[in-house]
This record gives sequence, structure tokens and C-alpha cells, in this order.
Amino acid sequence: MGNRAHRKGYDGVVVTAPVTIPYERYSPKPAHWWIGRALKTLSTRSKLEAKDIDGLSVSSFTLFPDTAVALTQHFGLSPRWLDHIPMGGASGVVALRRAARAVAAGDVEVVACVAGDANHVNSFRNTLTAFSRFSQDASYPYGSGGPNASFALMTRNYMNAYGVTREDFGRICVAQRVNALSFPHALMKKPLSMTDYLGARAVADPVHLFDCVMPCAGAEGFLVMREENARALGLPFARILSTTERHNAFPDDPIQYRGGWALDKDEFWAMAGVSPDAVDLFETYDDYPVIVMMQIEDLGFCGKGEAAEFVRSRALTVDGDFPHNTSGGQLSVGQAGAAGGYLGLVEAVRQLTGEALGAQVENAKIAAVSGFGMINFDRGLCTAAAVLVSGGGDG
Amino acid sequence: MVDALKPPKRKDPLRYTRLPLAPPGARSRAALRFTARAAEGRLMLQQCEACGAFAYPPRDICGGCWSDELRWRDIPPEGKLLAETTLHASTNVYFRERLPWRIGSVKLAAGPVVLAHLHGDVREGDDVRIIARTDKSGQGVLMALPAKETENMSDDKALRALTCDPKFRRVLVTDVRTPLGQAVVRAALTAGASKVFLGVAREWTPFAGREALYALENTEVTPLDVTDGTSVSEAASSIGGKVDILINTAQYARPGTAMARRDVVTARDEMEVNFFGAMRLLQAFGPAMRGRGADGENSAVAWVNLLSVYALSNWPAYGVNAATQAAAHSLSQSARADFAGSGVKVVNVFHGPLDDEEHQPLPPPKVTPMALASGIMTALKEGVEQSFVGDIARDIAERWREDPGLLERELTLTKNLE
Amino acid sequence: MSLLETLSGAVMSGAVRTIDLTHTLDPDFPVLVLPPEFGQCQPFRIEEVSRYDERGPAWYWRNFSCNEHTGTHFDAPIHWVTGKDLPHSSVDTIDPAAFIRPACVLDFSKEVAKNADFVLTADHIKAWEKTHGAIPAGSWVLFRTDWSKRSGEEYLNLKEDGAHSPGPDAGAIRYLINERDVIGFGVETIGTDAGQGGHFDPPYPAHTLLHGAGRYGLQCLKNLDQLPPKGAVIISPPLKIKHGSGSPLRVLALVEGK
Repeated sequence: MGNRAHRKGYDGVVVTAPVTIPYERYSPKPAHWWIGRALKTLSTRSKLEAKDIDGLSVSSFTLFPDTAVALTQHFGLSPRWLDHIPMGGASGVVALRRAARAVAAGDVEVVACVAGDANHVNSFRNTLTAFSRFSQDASYPYGSGGPNASFALMTRNYMNAYGVTREDFGRICVAQRVNALSFPHALMKKPLSMTDYLGARAVADPVHLFDCVMPCAGAEGFLVMREENARALGLPFARILSTTERHNAFPDDPIQYRGGWALDKDEFWAMAGVSPDAVDLFETYDDYPVIVMMQIEDLGFCGKGEAAEFVRSRALTVDGDFPHNTSGGQLSVGQAGAAGGYLGLVEAVRQLTGEALGAQVENAKIAAVSGFGMINFDRGLCTAAAVLVSGGGDG
Repeated sequence: MVDALKPPKRKDPLRYTRLPLAPPGARSRAALRFTARAAEGRLMLQQCEACGAFAYPPRDICGGCWSDELRWRDIPPEGKLLAETTLHASTNVYFRERLPWRIGSVKLAAGPVVLAHLHGDVREGDDVRIIARTDKSGQGVLMALPAKETENMSDDKALRALTCDPKFRRVLVTDVRTPLGQAVVRAALTAGASKVFLGVAREWTPFAGREALYALENTEVTPLDVTDGTSVSEAASSIGGKVDILINTAQYARPGTAMARRDVVTARDEMEVNFFGAMRLLQAFGPAMRGRGADGENSAVAWVNLLSVYALSNWPAYGVNAATQAAAHSLSQSARADFAGSGVKVVNVFHGPLDDEEHQPLPPPKVTPMALASGIMTALKEGVEQSFVGDIARDIAERWREDPGLLERELTLTKNLE
Repeated sequence: MSLLETLSGAVMSGAVRTIDLTHTLDPDFPVLVLPPEFGQCQPFRIEEVSRYDERGPAWYWRNFSCNEHTGTHFDAPIHWVTGKDLPHSSVDTIDPAAFIRPACVLDFSKEVAKNADFVLTADHIKAWEKTHGAIPAGSWVLFRTDWSKRSGEEYLNLKEDGAHSPGPDAGAIRYLINERDVIGFGVETIGTDAGQGGHFDPPYPAHTLLHGAGRYGLQCLKNLDQLPPKGAVIISPPLKIKHGSGSPLRVLALVEGK
């Protein structure tokens, strides 16, 4: 094989109309309802009707037995481009980059990207027991009944390797709670102090209560279209500078301490044409704070093993010098299944278009968004990231 | 060091009996192979024939070279504990009742990193010994033990969840009239059983060794004739709620093929003991044991069948008897389904001809009652569900695994029946 | 009134009492034990088929199985090799009139209480006849030992050299057949022969001589202590089993008075 082909940009393609269906801790409504409400909200915001939306990308864990295919009939859509992305926390970025490619190529005009999940009183456990074969065979029998144990082992290993303390993780969680307090959809409404964080009960040592997300129901969505369409519709938008995805990177690492971003970060930033220094806000996938640290390192904001020092020396709040998970992230907003993989991306678009529902990052021009998904047996397999830039226009 | 297990107190009759729950038991077909080996106490992983890589979790295609030539191989039970966690929460009800629960990532000497239950005496960074066993769901799991024996090692709660250790448990030996039955009684007491119920059929006839047997402490005579449904159900209604381990020592063996015999009378007698006897015991004692699979430190834990290894492949010298043993073996397989999810393991201990009166004309090697009794206790302490005791049993098992068809011809076409 | 009307009236009024000489068929009742290399006598066994349940909602019934010589049972001549070629020697071919016969009850319970291996001889029988008169032809001779009052291990009374229980010698049996023409010999023990009868000459004289002469045996009787020395009538029809060598049966005695 020769050199890699030069990657084409996403010129003329934009992401717009970020929407959220407010989360609920438990709800009897099925995933179809959540995804359908997101679609309706996208339509209301954009004034596009079913006939105008010729592309659909769906992510959900709780649609069974349906997939995106059945939803076309359920929602009366006749798309000419359809995608179903089962990548959990990486779903948002991956949906974006695939839709953007299709729009750029002219295969489709407007893609509605939606992720939503139900959370019945029983559905979290049901989702867990049917998550993956390797997890079923080699992870669930050991007791955690979910990803807590795998992340606990990753966290332990990472702490041992780099001398990281619980307090370092706490900085991330505490700052996100500050951000969440101004975000209307956050399920966590109370301030979180470092004392609270450190004093919380253990879930799977060293993972404690505030290191874990709270499962809930909800949906997130956005539209991908050509810039001229967004302008015609009067929709504020962001442009896409760069994207990347990688799956099952570093399979020989005995315990996961890095993700696929590390493999591709040079190409990623080269495509973006900016360096990490230029980033005004960073939305990471925060199912556990150790994963946040890996994203900070592996996307080049600091060297490997330096994330703890990084979070000690930077302020991670919206008004800080490194605004991070500006809506509060899943740790404070809640994890609405696959919608958790959209949360950061939707928030980034809001920040870049000046539409923040909570505190606005001043002068937000460039945002990095990363996703991480699908814990399989002992590690997360999907990684993805994107750099977005404010469209600068007013529509 | 793990705290020594204390003798369980007498049960508070007003307290709810903890129901048997099981860890998650769903598995892929590939993982079921791991379970099948773990049930024998074997630690096996798939190795790729093409590239030599070991795989875990079990799979269908080599992750290194995409070959589908994956062979199950015994691996050295060595590893290193890379990281550990203590679970304080679980969505699974079985573990919720047993929290806190320690698990860890273990790098096997064979290559892969596995998730494993942790013995209380292993610590992060330790070299560990890995065992594969079936858990309360009946499925295979891995556990990391200290590399060297530690004090009270077998009392560890995570290990005891995988084993059927007789310590502080009450054992029913269904037939103590024979030297085998008596050896099993003594072995169970030595293994720490708190009580052994002595099943005695036909109390109206004496038997050798009776006085010495009845003089043993922590034993209780129970009239029990496995050929008599009334006797079996009466025994069950008397002691059925206290039997934690049932060891069915009732056996009836006579030589000969069908054509070497003139009738089915002896065969019926053999079936009455070897097959119907086992079935009567299952019907009378099984339900209570199944309901007590999580009943404290001395929960019901094992149903032990003693089977001739010729249950696997017929040996014409005892041809009809082997057929009854095959029936009993098949029944034990259906009993696995009866006990599934109850926490009670069906333990099949296969043996060759016993060194007893019924096999007097056979040349050695024969398995002595003592050796078989000791093999049973080892199987219980290790928590294996299938064990082969003695040279003949191991030899036949090996040949059976290798090629059942060849073994059948070897046993039936050669004239060395002696 | 006819003879039979008189009899049945007496039975109903209690003027003639009905004594049950039968042990209950019980799985735990001892059976003869032979060395392991021989075929074995099957004990009485019961398996429930239904009991007003899903196996049969309105009815209760069971299968039972046993040997022809389980429990209180009848021995036909064909049971022993010496009787194998006699006519009418199996239970299905015996003249049914043979099943209703008078009985002489010879009480040696005191002797047996002192000596489990008590051997009944012709002289013992002659001595009994001095008191009670000659044994009429066609009678059952019932050997009362009170052995039926034993239970459990004491019933077979097995030691390392075999069973120890009372029985007749060859002289006694020859006397009963040749001099008294009895129809059969009945006992409270598990066999008509003594526990150690295998060591007698000929071995098992009761089986060998009685059956060789076409006579019958009754085993495992009880309640012989309720019978008079003479005057009882024994009703003992075995099941009509084709070629049957014997059969478990209900043995009744009719006794006049009191």
C-alpha cells in the first residue's frame, strides 16, 4: 500500500438545528417516541417537512426489534439515504461525518441525525444483559452487571501507571457540575463540592458514585445540509473542519489506557488546519472521568499521562481557560443511552452558534468534540472526534 | 489471610430461606465449550492452529489471522493480577446479595488478559494461579487464587461459591452397606462434614463393618433403600431438608452381556438400583436441595453420582451393567437441567471396576473404595462436575475423548475381556 | 339349613371366628437372601400410578411387584426340583379343594424361645400326638414357633454362618408324609426348612421331601398362637399364576367357639 490518499474536506456542508428532548430519569415512553419527538423538533426549528428530509441517521439501544428501517414507515419518511449507527458514545461524531460526506457528495440534501433511548424502570438492566457477546461471555458473569467494573479496572490501572488521584478525577466532575447548574436540561441540579465527590460511596473501587453517569431517557438531534440550504432556512450553523473515527485500536494493550484518537491525532489536526491550542471548548465523552483524561491526552491537549496535571492547572468551567463539557456532560445532565453520544456534539453546535441554553462560552469559535463507545468485554472499542468551527454567519 | 469459616449456627426457623439466585448465565456456543472444560476443572483456551495465538473471550475466528482453526488447549494456570476492583454495587441480584465482591484483570502466561474472580489472599501485582470452574449458574468462570497455598484458603467466600466443599456441610451417603459406602462416610467426615447420614437398606440383614461405622461420631443412621419408593420418600421427609451433599453410593453390578445371561431378572435388579434408584432419590431429595442452593454457609451444593466409566462406552465383560450405567449417566444429564440455576452441582464421578467382591475375578488395576472415596472428596473440594478416578477410568476417558467410535471397537471386538 | 348356610351363618355371627394368618405385604418385610451370585428374591414393591391427581383425577391405584415367594406365601411342588415332574404341581393346576383343609397346630414356641436352631423331629410329633391324638390325613401341620413375633434383623437371624431359625429334620417330614399323609407343612419363618437346613441330610429336607411327594408349604404365617391344636380350618388359595411355583396369598383360619 502506498501513502494514504489526501482526505477531502467538508466544504459547503454544515451542521445546524441542535435539539434536545429534555431528559427524564425514568419514563414509560419507548425509544420511538423520543426519536420521533426529536424529529418533530428538528422540523419545527428548520421548517422542513417530511418530504424535505431525504436522509435519516439513527442511534439507539432500545429500539428492538426495530432499526432505522422500521422508523421510516413509523415516521412517514421516504429517505434516499438511511443510516443506523450502533456506536454508543461515538454515535454523534460518526453520524455527523457520514452524513456530511453524503451531503457533500450530493447523495442527499438534508440528513436528520437523531439519537434517543427509552429508560423504563427495568430497561437499563435489560440493555446491559444484551450488550455484546464478549461482555456476555467474559464480563457480566463477574458481577458488575454493567461497565462499572471494566472502567474501575481501567481507572485503577491508569491511576497506578500515572500517579493519578481521585481528586484529579474530581476536578473534572466538580467543574462539570458547575457548568450543569446553568443548563436547564441537566438532571443534576445540586452543586457538587470536592468534599461531596471524595466522600461519595464506592461503586466499584476506585470508581465512586460521582464518577458514574445516571441512566435516563432522552433524545438529541441535529441536521446536516449544504450551507446554502441552511442560509436559505435562516439556520445558524457550524462548519466541519475535521473528523476521525477508529475502532478497536491498540488491541494488545493489556488494559486500556489510550484510545484510537492517539493513532490518528496528527492527521486529524492536520485536516482541521488548527492545533489543539486553538480550541475554545472541548466536549468529551464522559461516561467516567478516566476516559475524559484519555481524550485530553490522546487528542494532543497534553502528553500521555499528563492529563491529571492538565486538569490541575486549567479551569474546566465555561468561564475557565479550558471550557470542557459546557452543558455539564453526561455526568451531570444524565446519560440518555445513545443520545449520550450526541450530547457533546449538540452542545458544541449550540456554543458555536451562540445558542447555548446555559452559560455561553465567550467568543466560541472552534470546538473539539470526541466520542467513545461500546464497552466490549474489557474496553471501549469505538473512538471518534471532530473539530467544528462557527459558521460565523447569522443565517 | 482469609478468616476461617465458622460452623454455621442452627437455622432460625422464622427466618426467610435465601432463594437460590444465579450469576448471569447466558453464553455463546463458543463460551459453552469453555464451560464444558471448566466443569471438569480444566483451564483451557482456544489456540489458533495457524498463528499460535491464544484467544479470549472464546470466539469463532482468530483475531490475529482470521483462521477458523481454533483448538481448545490446556494452558498453564499462571498469571499476574494487573488491576483489581471491589464491587460495591451491582445490577445483578446474585451479586447484590454478596457484595462487596472483588474481581480483577489477570494477564495469563499464555497471553490473553482475562477478568476473574479474586481470592481474598491475592493482591494487585501478585502472581496468581488461575482456575476455571462452573459458578452457580452452571457456567464457566475464572478465578485467581494465591500462587501458593494460604491458611484457610478453601474458606474464601468467592472460592466456596465455586466449590462444593464438604466442610461444615451435611452429607447423605445413600448406601453404607458396602466397603465403598463406608469409605465415603469416613472420607466425608475427614473432609469436615458436620454430619453424615448413613443410608441403610434392609436393616433386617447385618453387614460387615456395621458396628465400627455406627460408632463414628457425627453420623446418623437413616433407613433408606433406593429400590423402594416408600423408603426413599420416608427418608426424604425425615432428613431431606438437611442434606447439603448427596452421594449416591448405591450400586449393583453383575457380569455378563445379554446373551451371557438367561433372563432380565438381574438386569432389572441392576436397573432398580442404578437407574430407578437414582431417579427415586432425585424425585424425593432433589426438590428440597434445589430450594436450598443458597441457604447459608451450609447450603445444598452437590448431587454426586458414582458411575462406571463404561457408562461412556460399553465393556462387554459387564455389558448389561454398563447399559444400566449408561442409563444412569443419561439421567444425570437430565438432572443437570433439573438443578440448573439452583446452585446445586451435579457431580459425576466415573470410576473403573472397584476392588470389591463384585469384581473379584478382574485383574488389577482396580480402584479401591478408599481411593474412590478420596476422589469424590477431591471433586467436591475442587468444585468440578465431572471427575475420573483411577487408572482405568482415566484411560477410558482419554480414549473416549479421542475417538468414541474407536474405543467402542476396541472394547467390543478385541477378545481381551478377561 | 344347609351345611354351608350353617357355616356362613356361624362365620357372620362370630360362632366361627376368622383368624388372619397373613403378614401385610410391606416393602420392608424381609425376603430370603441368597449369595450374591444367585438370582435374588424380589421384595414387595409398590409404585403409585395415580392418586386423584393429574395422573388419574378420580382414582387411586398402584402397581406392585414381588417374587412368587414374597411375604406370606404358598409353595407349590414345582418350586423344588424334586417336584418338577409331578402332575398338578403348579399353583394354577392344584385341585382347589386342597386350599380348604383342617390344621393341626404343633406348639414348640417354648423350645424355640430357648433355641433358635430348634429342630423338629418325628419324636416331637409323636409326643404331640400322644396328647392331641393322631394327625388326620389331608391336614396342614402348622409349626408354631412364635417366630412371627420377631421383627427386623431378628426375623432372618442371619449370622456369618447363615440364618438361624427352627425347622424340621428329614425324619419329621418323612413321618408326616408317609405315616400321616398331610397335605402340607406351614411355618412362621421365611422357609419351611430350618435356617441351617442346608446342612441337613438331605439338604433342605422340608422342601426336598414335601414337594417331591406333591405336598405344599406355607411360609411367613402369623397368629398361629390364636389357633387350637386341632379343629381349625385353613383357607389358603394362592393366586392362579400360570406355571406358578408359589404365590403370596391371604391365609385365613376358621376357628370354632369363643
